[in-house]
Amino acid sequence: MSAPMLDIRDLHLSFKGHTGLTEVLHGISLHIQPGERVALVGESGSGKSVTARIVLGLLQDLPSARITGQVLFDGRDLELMSSRARHALRGTAMSMIFQDPTSSLNPVFRIADQFHDVLRRADPSVAKAAAHDRAAAILAEVSIRDAQRVLNAYPFQLSGGMNQRVMIAMALANEPALLIADEPGTALDVTVQAQTLQLMRRLVEDHHTAVLFISHNLGVVREFADRLYVIYKGRMVEQGPTDAVFADPRHPYTRALMAAVPHLTGGGIPEIAEASPDFAAPLVDHEAEAPS
Amino acid sequence: MRRTFAILAANPLSLLGLVLVALVVISAVFADFIAPFPAHRGAVVDFANFNQPPQWPYIFGTDLVGRDLFSRIIYAYRISLVLGIVVLAIAVPIGVTIGLLAGYLGGWTEYLLMRLTDVFLSIPPLVLAMSIMGVLEPTLTNGMLAVTAMWWPWYARLVYNITRGEREEGYVLAAEVIGASRGHVIFREILPNCMPAVITKMTLDMGFVILIASSLSFLGLGVQPPTPDLGSMVAAGATYLPDSWWLTVFPGLAILVAVFGFNLIGDALRDILGADQ
Amino acid sequence: MTAPILRLSDVSRTFGTGDGAVHAVRSVSFDVAAGECLAIVGESGSGKSTLANMILGIYPPTTGEIALEGTVLPARRALAHRQAIQLVQQNPLSSLNPKRSIGATLRLALDVHGIGAPADRAAIVGALLEEVGLAAEYARRAPAALSGGQRQRVAIARALACQSRVVVLDEPTSALDVLVQARVLRLLDALRAERGLTYIFITHDLSVVRNIADRIAVFEKGRMIEIGDTETIFSAPSQTYTRRLISAVPVITGDELALRDKLAAHTKEDAP
Repeated sequence: MSAPMLDIRDLHLSFKGHTGLTEVLHGISLHIQPGERVALVGESGSGKSVTARIVLGLLQDLPSARITGQVLFDGRDLELMSSRARHALRGTAMSMIFQDPTSSLNPVFRIADQFHDVLRRADPSVAKAAAHDRAAAILAEVSIRDAQRVLNAYPFQLSGGMNQRVMIAMALANEPALLIADEPGTALDVTVQAQTLQLMRRLVEDHHTAVLFISHNLGVVREFADRLYVIYKGRMVEQGPTDAVFADPRHPYTRALMAAVPHLTGGGIPEIAEASPDFAAPLVDHEAEAPS
Repeated sequence: MRRTFAILAANPLSLLGLVLVALVVISAVFADFIAPFPAHRGAVVDFANFNQPPQWPYIFGTDLVGRDLFSRIIYAYRISLVLGIVVLAIAVPIGVTIGLLAGYLGGWTEYLLMRLTDVFLSIPPLVLAMSIMGVLEPTLTNGMLAVTAMWWPWYARLVYNITRGEREEGYVLAAEVIGASRGHVIFREILPNCMPAVITKMTLDMGFVILIASSLSFLGLGVQPPTPDLGSMVAAGATYLPDSWWLTVFPGLAILVAVFGFNLIGDALRDILGADQ
Repeated sequence: MTAPILRLSDVSRTFGTGDGAVHAVRSVSFDVAAGECLAIVGESGSGKSTLANMILGIYPPTTGEIALEGTVLPARRALAHRQAIQLVQQNPLSSLNPKRSIGATLRLALDVHGIGAPADRAAIVGALLEEVGLAAEYARRAPAALSGGQRQRVAIARALACQSRVVVLDEPTSALDVLVQARVLRLLDALRAERGLTYIFITHDLSVVRNIADRIAVFEKGRMIEIGDTETIFSAPSQTYTRRLISAVPVITGDELALRDKLAAHTKEDAP
C-alpha cells in the first residue's frame, strides 16, 4: 500500500469565542490514497467544511481556532509548516472547487487573465501567450469547444454550468495531487449538475488526482466516490468503500440518513427522528472488519 | 448580555470610551455641583485674576476676563451635549424616514427623495451651515438648525442603503403576502433591522456634531458670548498662543475627550449590535 | 365534479418591452382541485417562480386570468384573496424577521385578517405552534434561537395562521438537511390531510415530488410542457425533457437506478 496523499490523524478543532471554547471536531481521522476519490458526507454543522479549510491551511492562521492532531499532505505535516509554505501549496499541489462557481470567479477579470494568475502560481515566469494556449488546451478537456470566446469573456457573461467547468479547469490547471471539492454543483440545475459531476469524474481519473469530495447529497456521493466517510457533529461515524456502505449501512446515523432520502421510485416519506442518542454510537469501519 | 460584557472586556479601548463619555455626561448634568465657580459661565469679570496659568483654585487657569476655565468647560459640555441631542433628535427621524420611504417604495418617490439627499450631500457641510447662519442671525437656535440641515442626509443615505437590501429579504415578502400595510412593513418590519446601524452612527455623530458646533463657534457663527462654548474658547485663546497656552489647550483637550469618547463607544456598539455599516 | 379551487386560464407574464422583453411565462392553463398537491417542476429560467408570484398576487399576469373558487382575481387583491393563498418560502433564515419574536410574526397574520378576538390571539399563536410540532413557549423566542427546521415550521404556521386554503410551497425543504427535510415533508403531508389544504409545490427536486405530489406540471423556458399524475409522469413521461430531468437526479438505490436507466434509454431512442 502506497503512502497516502492526505492523512488526517485525530484532528481536533475548537473555536475560542466570547463565551468560551466551542469544540467543532472531536478527533477525526481520514486518509486518501493518490488518485483516490473520497467523500466526506455530513449535514450542516457536522464539521465537514471546516475539515476542508484545515486541509487547505486556511484555518491555521485564524487566532480564534485551536487545532490539534496531524494533517499530513504527501507526508508533510501541515501544522509544522509556516503559513507561507502552506500558502505556496494552495493552487499548486492542492486546489479547490467551490459550491457556487459564479461567485468564486472574480467578476472584473477576463477568464484568460484569471487562468494566467492560476498558472503563475506554479510557474511565475509563464508568459501571457503561453498561459493562453495552456488554458485553451485545458478548457478543451472540460468539453468547452469555443475556448477563445470563453477565455475572452467575463464570468458574468457565461452560464453557471460554463463557469463551473471553467472552475474545474482552473482547479486542475496546475496538475494538483489533491483536489478539494466543496459541494460542487449544488447551486446548479440538476441536469447541469449531473453533467458537471460526470466531467469532473472523468478528468480526475485521467489526471490521477486524489479528491476530497465534501457533500450532503448521498446520491451525488454514490455516483462520484470510491470510498466515503460519514461525519456527524464532529465525529466520524462510518467509513468504507462506497458500495459497501450503501449496500449495508451499519451506523444508526448513516441508516437514518439513507432512510430519510426520498426515493425516485416512491415509497413515501419515512418517519425518522432528527436526532437520537444512537447517533453517538462508535465508528463503524467497513475496512477494519473485512481486511483484504 | 454576557456577550456584550465579553466584547467590552476584550476591548479596553471601548472601556476607555465609556469612561470618557461618562465623564462628559456627568460634568454636563451635574455642572452646578462640580464647577467651582458656577457664576463664571456668564458675563462675570474678575480683572484681579485675569489670564492666570493653571493654579489652585483655577486648575485650568483663567481666561482674559478672569473667569475659571474649568468651570466654563464644564458648562460648555452641557451646551454641546444639548446641541448634539437636539440636532440628532431632529435629523435622525427625518433622515431615517426619508431613507425608509425611498428604499422601500422605489420609483418616483425614491428618485425625488434621493436626489434631494444628494443635493444636500454635495454641499460641503461647513459651507451650508455658514450660509444658513449668514442669512439668519448667528444664534444657538439657528446654529442647531444649520447643523441639523446638514446632518439628516447622511441618515437618509445610510437607511436607504440598508432598506434596499432588506426589501429583498423573505420576511418582507412574507408580510406583503399576508397583506400587511405598507406602514407596518416599513416601520415594524424593516426599521428595526436598520436600528443597529442607526444607533451606532448616532453615537459616532454625537462626537462629530460637537466638533462641527465647535468649528462654527470658532468661526464666530455659533454659540455667542458670554455663553461658554469650546469652539469659541479655542478661538479666543488662539491669538495668545503660545504664551497663554491654557486658553486653547484645555478647551481643545475637552473637545478631543468628547469626540474620542463617543467614537470609541460607537466602534464598540458596532461590534455589540453587529451593525455592518 | 366540484369547481377547481384555482384555475389558470392562458396566463402569460412578460417583463420589459420591445426587443428586451422577457417572456417568463407563456400561456399556461391548468386547474387545481381542492385538497390536491400539484408540483410545479422545472430548472432555473423555467418560469416556475414567476408563476408562483402571479398566483400569490405579487404581480398580475400580463395576459390571462387566475380564478380562485370561480372568482377571477383582480390585479389589486382584496385582503380576503390574500388570506386564501399563502406562501412558504425556501430560505427560513430570510423569511422570518430577525428583529421580531416568533409570536409577533405569527400574530401579524391574525391581526391583519382579524382572526380570533384580540384577547384570544396569544392562545391561537400557541395552538398554531403546537400544530406544527413546536412548544407554545417558542412564541417568545427570536428566530436566531431556532434551527433551520424549526424556523421552517414557524413559516408553515404563519401560512396556517391566515386560515389559507391554498399554500404555495416554494422549495420549502431544499435549504434543510435531509433528516429535517423528511420531518417537515411529513408535517406538510399531515397538515394537508387535517386541514384539507391545497398545495402548489414549486421545486426542482424530483425525488421529493415523487413522494408528495398528486400531479406534476413540468415547465421548460416559460412553457408548461407536460402535466399529469405523478405515477404517469414517472413511469411514462411523454416529453424528452421530463425524462432528462428524471434521469439527472442523483439516486441511492438499485431500483431508482433501474428507473433512470429505463428513462435514459427512451431518451436515446427519441433523439434524432
